Amino acid sequence: MTAFADSPLEDQIAQWRSYLRRRQAIHGSDIEELEGHLREQLSALTEAGLASDEAFLVAVKRMGSVDALSGEFARAHSERLWKQLVIGSAASDESASAKTTNTETFVVIGLAIAAACAIKSPALFGVPLKGHEPFYARNFSLFVFPLLTIYFVWKRGWNLVHSLWLALPFAAAAVFANIFPFRPSSDTEVLTALHLPIVLWLTVGFAYVRGRWFAEDGRMNFVRFSGELVIYYVLIALGGGVLTGFTIMMFHSIGMNAALFTHDWLIPCGAMGAVIIGSWLVEAKQSVIENMAPVLTRLFTPLFTILLLAFLGTMAWTRNIIKVEREVLIGFDLLLVLVVGLVLYAASARDPQAPPDFFDRLQLLLVISALSVDGVALASIAARISEFGLTPNRVAALGENLILLVNLAWTAWLYTSFFRGRESFAVLERWQIAYLPVYSIWAALVVVLFPPLFGYI
Amino acid sequence: MDLGKDLVAASATPLVLAILAEGDSYGYAIIKRVTELSSGHLQWTDGMLYPVLHRLERQGYVAAKWSSSENGRKRKYYRITKQGRAHLDAQRKQWQVVDGTLRGIWMKACTA
Repeated sequence: MTAFADSPLEDQIAQWRSYLRRRQAIHGSDIEELEGHLREQLSALTEAGLASDEAFLVAVKRMGSVDALSGEFARAHSERLWKQLVIGSAASDESASAKTTNTETFVVIGLAIAAACAIKSPALFGVPLKGHEPFYARNFSLFVFPLLTIYFVWKRGWNLVHSLWLALPFAAAAVFANIFPFRPSSDTEVLTALHLPIVLWLTVGFAYVRGRWFAEDGRMNFVRFSGELVIYYVLIALGGGVLTGFTIMMFHSIGMNAALFTHDWLIPCGAMGAVIIGSWLVEAKQSVIENMAPVLTRLFTPLFTILLLAFLGTMAWTRNIIKVEREVLIGFDLLLVLVVGLVLYAASARDPQAPPDFFDRLQLLLVISALSVDGVALASIAARISEFGLTPNRVAALGENLILLVNLAWTAWLYTSFFRGRESFAVLERWQIAYLPVYSIWAALVVVLFPPLFGYI
Repeated sequence: MDLGKDLVAASATPLVLAILAEGDSYGYAIIKRVTELSSGHLQWTDGMLYPVLHRLERQGYVAAKWSSSENGRKRKYYRITKQGRAHLDAQRKQWQVVDGTLRGIWMKACTA
């Protein structure tokens, strides 16, 4: 879309868009269509000599009131108001192109089956899951993420030739995951298994945004998608757990042991297929739980803030210090990841135009208390790091801690300037989004450099 | 001259289908064409066109496709389907009946 050089006008358009977005009956692609119309009307009006703010008023007036519009959309798409969960009818008007729901269902099921086959295929070549767990741990993302990428390439109608370069990161990942002579139960191998998915998720992201990484909204949508996928995946996993339990219980009652089937087939195949199915559900039913991640954020931001403040208070009161044990750094890393996640999802659901409110102050408090807790932890670890020596785990954890610390420190600074009215919230959002590749780059460094650097221990 | 709301609503379907029968088009251009054809008498609220288009798409009378225009904008283009042409024919016959009836009675009123 053509952007207008005039930034107040862009702001006004963004605000209008966010009004529309709140209407359940009007979906994302409809908004895009309406926005295209608005922009054409605007350029026609400004060409005719109207000032940009006059043109905006006229164009919005001609578009009709948002209420009436959403009423008409609701009548044209009555099923939308039911937040339908019936597979089949929902995605039809969502599909940006002429792809029908049926084709999509077949493609998705095909890809899910392909993912299930992929995870079982090494067994054909004498590498069964049992006894080769490290191999599977290192490679599991390679079994499913390429298929997920194919899904998005297809779904976004991306030119196949242009998207071929996406195969490169996967090929490189396959090489680096399997080329190194890891010692048995080595730390660097575990690090590879943990970090490879983070690297490859960025590739999935490129497919998701159709290669236009820097386009407006694309990356934020990918962040939203990732959050919703996690929620869907957990739900599907819960269902899968129940299914597994019943399978074992029922066959046990007739004297059969189904555990072999569930552990060799149901769980691995289901875990892989669920990634594809979950992604499809997020894509197709965006409106159903569109607001789930932000809702969880709102719920847990105050609770975590209380936890952190209580922790700091207790530590100051009792003068107990953090007992530095082997894995304590990883625990604090996870804490920072969680706080970054809370900030990210709060930002994803926020209207960038709105003035600071109570929740923003709470966010800042959360960030600052997390920074303080982490500062205390780092100080006690730094004092004893020489004692422990530099193992790959500790270097990785330390690096991640620094990356998250930088992110949160700058976030806290941006929040403060935002409260003082010096910066808009959009700057904060942009910072979070611009930071995303940093995680993947660090993860790539861990995968590629750490094993040789630490002698594959 | 302001047209009644119901009349505008009723004429929307045949008008949109007839414009699409001239060639594929997209929302903004359709509105412009309507204004042009009616010499400005038929003023639609722009946004209202899209629910109509989506309804027609759902009924299978038009097919839609996103593609980018000459200046790089993403646009949803609509194309009339075979079914849509048949529906347009039926509509035309119905409107001709209405038109003919009204014409008949008004001619009589004029000549009487």
